Amino acid sequence: MSTRTSIRFMLGDELRTLSSISPTTTVLDYLRTVEGMTGTKEGCGEGDCGACTVVLGNPHKGKMQYRSVNSCIQFLPTIDGHQLLTVENLAAADGTLHPAQQAMVECHGSQCGFCTPGFVMSLFALDKNYSSLDNQLICDSLAGNLCRCTGYGTIISAAHRMKQLKNPDRFRQCETSTAEKLTQLNQQSDFALEHENQLFFAPSTADDFASLYEKHPDATILSGGTDVGLWVTKQGRKLNTVIYTGKVKDLKKIDVNEDEIIVWTSATLSDLVSAVATLQPDFSELLRRFGSTQIRNAGTLCGNIANGSPIGDMAPALIALGGRIGLRRGSRRRELDVEDFFVSYGKQNREPGEFVEKIVFPKWKPTHRFVAYKISKRFDQDISAVCAAFNIRIESNRIIEVQIAYGGMAEIPKRAHATEQVLTGEQWNEETINIAMQKLETDFQPITDMRASSAYRMQCAKNLLFKLFLEFGKAKAPVNLIGSRGQFNGTG
Amino acid sequence: MVQASNHSAELIENEIIGGVSEPLEHDSSSKHVTGEAVYVDDIPEPPNTLHVQIGMSTRAHAKIRSLNLEGVESASGVKTILTASDIRGSNDFGHAQLSDDRVFADGIVEFHGQAVFAAVADSYHQARSAVRSAQVSYEDLEPILTIEDALKAKSFLGDPIVLEMGDASCALKSSRHRLKGRVQCGGQEHFYLEPQVSLAVPKESGDMHIYCATQDPSAVQHLVARVLGKPANAVTVEVRRMGGAFGGKETLATHFAAVAALAAQKTGRPAKCRLDRDDDMILTGKRHAFLFDYDVGFTDEGRITAIDMLVAGNGGYSADQSPYILQRAIYHCDGAYYLENARFRGYACKTNICTSCAFRGFGSPQALLAAERIMDRIAIHLNKDPLEVRKLNLYGVNDRNITPYDWKIEDNILPQIIKEIEQSSDISNRRKQIRRFNKNSPWLKKGIALLPLKYSVGFTATFLNQAGALIHIYQDGSIMLNHGGTEMGQGLFIKVAQIVAEEFQVDLSKIKITSTVTDKVPNTTATAASSGTDMNGAAAQIAARSLKKRLIAFASRHYNTSVEDIEFKNGAVRIGQNSVEFAELVHHAYMNLVSLSSSGFYKNPDIGVNAETMKGRPYHYSAYGAAVVEVVIDTLTGETKVLRIDILHDVGRSINPSIDLGQLEGGFIQGMGWLTSEELYWNRDGELQTHAPSTYKIPVASDRPADMRMRLVEWSKNREDTVFRSKAIGEPPLNLAVSVFNAITDAVASIADHKICPNLDAPATPERILAACDEMREASMQQLIHQNGNGQFDSKSFSKPRQSVELEQRV
Repeated sequence: MSTRTSIRFMLGDELRTLSSISPTTTVLDYLRTVEGMTGTKEGCGEGDCGACTVVLGNPHKGKMQYRSVNSCIQFLPTIDGHQLLTVENLAAADGTLHPAQQAMVECHGSQCGFCTPGFVMSLFALDKNYSSLDNQLICDSLAGNLCRCTGYGTIISAAHRMKQLKNPDRFRQCETSTAEKLTQLNQQSDFALEHENQLFFAPSTADDFASLYEKHPDATILSGGTDVGLWVTKQGRKLNTVIYTGKVKDLKKIDVNEDEIIVWTSATLSDLVSAVATLQPDFSELLRRFGSTQIRNAGTLCGNIANGSPIGDMAPALIALGGRIGLRRGSRRRELDVEDFFVSYGKQNREPGEFVEKIVFPKWKPTHRFVAYKISKRFDQDISAVCAAFNIRIESNRIIEVQIAYGGMAEIPKRAHATEQVLTGEQWNEETINIAMQKLETDFQPITDMRASSAYRMQCAKNLLFKLFLEFGKAKAPVNLIGSRGQFNGTG
Repeated sequence: MVQASNHSAELIENEIIGGVSEPLEHDSSSKHVTGEAVYVDDIPEPPNTLHVQIGMSTRAHAKIRSLNLEGVESASGVKTILTASDIRGSNDFGHAQLSDDRVFADGIVEFHGQAVFAAVADSYHQARSAVRSAQVSYEDLEPILTIEDALKAKSFLGDPIVLEMGDASCALKSSRHRLKGRVQCGGQEHFYLEPQVSLAVPKESGDMHIYCATQDPSAVQHLVARVLGKPANAVTVEVRRMGGAFGGKETLATHFAAVAALAAQKTGRPAKCRLDRDDDMILTGKRHAFLFDYDVGFTDEGRITAIDMLVAGNGGYSADQSPYILQRAIYHCDGAYYLENARFRGYACKTNICTSCAFRGFGSPQALLAAERIMDRIAIHLNKDPLEVRKLNLYGVNDRNITPYDWKIEDNILPQIIKEIEQSSDISNRRKQIRRFNKNSPWLKKGIALLPLKYSVGFTATFLNQAGALIHIYQDGSIMLNHGGTEMGQGLFIKVAQIVAEEFQVDLSKIKITSTVTDKVPNTTATAASSGTDMNGAAAQIAARSLKKRLIAFASRHYNTSVEDIEFKNGAVRIGQNSVEFAELVHHAYMNLVSLSSSGFYKNPDIGVNAETMKGRPYHYSAYGAAVVEVVIDTLTGETKVLRIDILHDVGRSINPSIDLGQLEGGFIQGMGWLTSEELYWNRDGELQTHAPSTYKIPVASDRPADMRMRLVEWSKNREDTVFRSKAIGEPPLNLAVSVFNAITDAVASIADHKICPNLDAPATPERILAACDEMREASMQQLIHQNGNGQFDSKSFSKPRQSVELEQRV
């Protein structure tokens, strides 16, 4: 079978087949300029405001799965084989609004209306993915949608209202047939595009992927595009050769064995959220605050680590957990500690033609305590000023083992070796902690930037170590404002 | 004689749908949720539309030695370039008298990001890519970035201003207590979700039709005409809606309309200028950062006897509206409090950052922050409940009611509002509970605060207090409504339509809401200063009444009924004992040669001040409100969470309670963002580092506390004769958010048992809160309070270097 040289997807109910279009055209530009569908808005062009939110549907066991993504940084070929739904697609043919739309109208959820299409699509996806909603879930799901007018109360009400409405949902009515159509589209999932000197490869097996990348070591690997997308939209870079991981079936998985979690190349962060929720609670709390739903639906852990992105603080968490990274070039594989992968700012220990095949980290162990703190100007969808990750084993009030890593404290996510040293073997008491807090100054000399000053970062890093001590001490007083370890509910 | 048909019973029975005071949905809401609502960038582009992108300065202050744009011109898709030399008219799009808002820099750049040139290309992406190829060489000049540096260098936009009441210096000397201090706050990015955008379409005779996301179409019209070297009648400006504005599209939208129009003038083709988010944040203005140095005297009870204050705003590189914003700031330095002896010295500082411009509140939120900080400081100094000190200083109802600018406050309803919210929020018990909580919680601390608000409404400049409307009734009885106000999401259009529906007594569905366009209603004032409904609603009411009068006169003749016996009621017109449908009367009127179109003109000539003394009546009336906010802070990290918000707010008689509540909540949360997570950060070279949502953090859904209780004051009606006795709602709620800052102050102060007022600047980021907490802890430990007495500590802590490590950068 010869390689497919076109992109195929469903726009609403209609099939689209495209072959002559730049593969780095964003879904948003395609919608607005090619299709003339201007309902979807550009608010930031970097996946942070959510005005461009669209929903992608894909078939799963005869049913449809829906997830929201930011169309402003999503390249068109990545929606191959999917159903693309925009705010224009939701209402019924007779104009009856979808519950997500109707509820927004009834609850006064729109003022200027510019963010509204994005909110409607996020609500639509929320409606599709959850049978019941609470405020936490709603706020988590809307963290990637900015509204400057309403103050959000009416939108949160709309989310609740949506679940009460009985408006017909035409997507449920034709779910089976849509899933069938898409399954057919995905029969031959791999494709390659060429357009004005731009090459785009979407292989479907890991071996094909590895050999393609070995052949084109200068290519850009594209996964969720939550980072690479900005190279194009914000930096104006032209990507000549792109190899896409999203169609590689045998790399789109997460394995869990007795001790470990193995995350393969194209597993998304959303996949990871559901996989680790109980297996590694604090890691999953970090994931909850990683970007937004839209970002996690597209982005991958391997891509995040491969690009050395500080976003999401996965690196310090993985380093503290003793995570390992599996690299592959052609058929050669090597493994190293995540800690050793980061060489210097923007430089990772990855050779030409080599890609991150997997990331491995341990499941939660009753002998260990893994705690992560993320400090940022805003709780949700922000990049941390400081992130601290602790993995500690205490027996009979003595510190047997400890691994500490910080983000935001150096040019790369980094282990606190000196601090670990003064803790190891010592009594778990305030004196030890005080010494360790001082020792952090040996490990780190943080910089000042728009997120925080050097002095704040250092003080905060020390205080987080102290907070760890408080949290596992005898003190009954609350120490956390938010988070899974006892969210502060305002009573007391 | 014609007999009106006699089916009066059923006609008059049902009240109209969509009249005044109904909590209707926003008129565009069903279009918002389907994507049908058209914004400027959604208008189908005319054939051959070109796209313009702006090339920006990479220096904060420098002479342009050479500008080599060959690379730009030869870039793919580029049709032409624009620089200052392409301007046939004036290179100034400014509204202020100083003529310093440049369309393109000419010889000198005055901020990092200033427009230097533009590329005009076939596509948006081509234009965007092309501007990167410019080669500009600069000769650097020393930049001034901060207010402090500008004050030192006496770098000002306009002359300093002074407002005096009584004798502040003398009264200060004889005051029982006296405190000096400084309050600083950062600016704020508007972050309207729709970036600036204009589409200019050339017409015959060199005329220009401009679709522009602007709050002030008439200004765009006049100023673009000036840039193009054309009379105003050659330019038409149209806007149906904006995706948010908040003051950011009041003056600055003109810039991009001018750039698009210049491209269209030069090429003869339609041209669109839409800004990328980062470019928008770098290029366009923001809320002013302010610095206040105060010297306040007060009694043992905490009543202010005198205040002397330096009020300085960072105006950025150009005047824009800075002088007026400074003026409003000074007019609101009193907060809700009576000042017998006061002196305010105001400076609009010229610095090398982007211009500062209008932003919801227009200088008042900053002034209010200063006033409220002073209240907290006095209360803590005297070891009193801050609420008691606030109440003691409130404007009186019958006495103590003259403002420092000699305007007598005659509509003060704050005492009643405070009383109600004290009860409904249970603040007194909650304060006790919080004290108990804090005693047992060494690391998390709670705080609570009540803020009383007086916000005065109107344009200080007399000439701005005018508005126009135009109503057509068509032969079938359908109505077309147009006025000079613009819709930016605030619900102006639905409110004005409700007013017109109420006047004609027809269902709202009979009224077509249309774009604001300068060829329908001329010489309009910006939709700003919260005055949209007051002015345009009144103008529309006047237009409707003049049509009604005409129709009644006609009906009187036609049906031979006296004018007094004719009434518009519930979708019909009662004529004596009979009635006719509205449409029927309209049809008869048309057949009998009655004009069915009328303009309406509203003016309020009573507002104005003496430019010299700043005294007079700068405003029409005041809106009142109060908020109670409870927060919890993490004293180890400086993080904050707002736990509960109670608001009681006065909108007079609400024209649309749903719209008003939406403004109330939205404005509050926006103000909360300004005071907490939204931090603008310039590096030492004057380069803005927070120019995208990834680095500039406006509130998200989870930042709004689940417990937010908002009510409108139901018994209030405007004492002034505003339209249906309503009051403005746009800006006041943002000011209420200062209560969040006061609650944070309360939480931090609890560390030292409320004996020291924390040094805290806005925004209260985790970093600033942690620094304040550490300062409290240190002071507590050293027991400075006991050794020295709190008065001395206050003066010491004031002389200490400011807490922010990189303060000089956070201008």
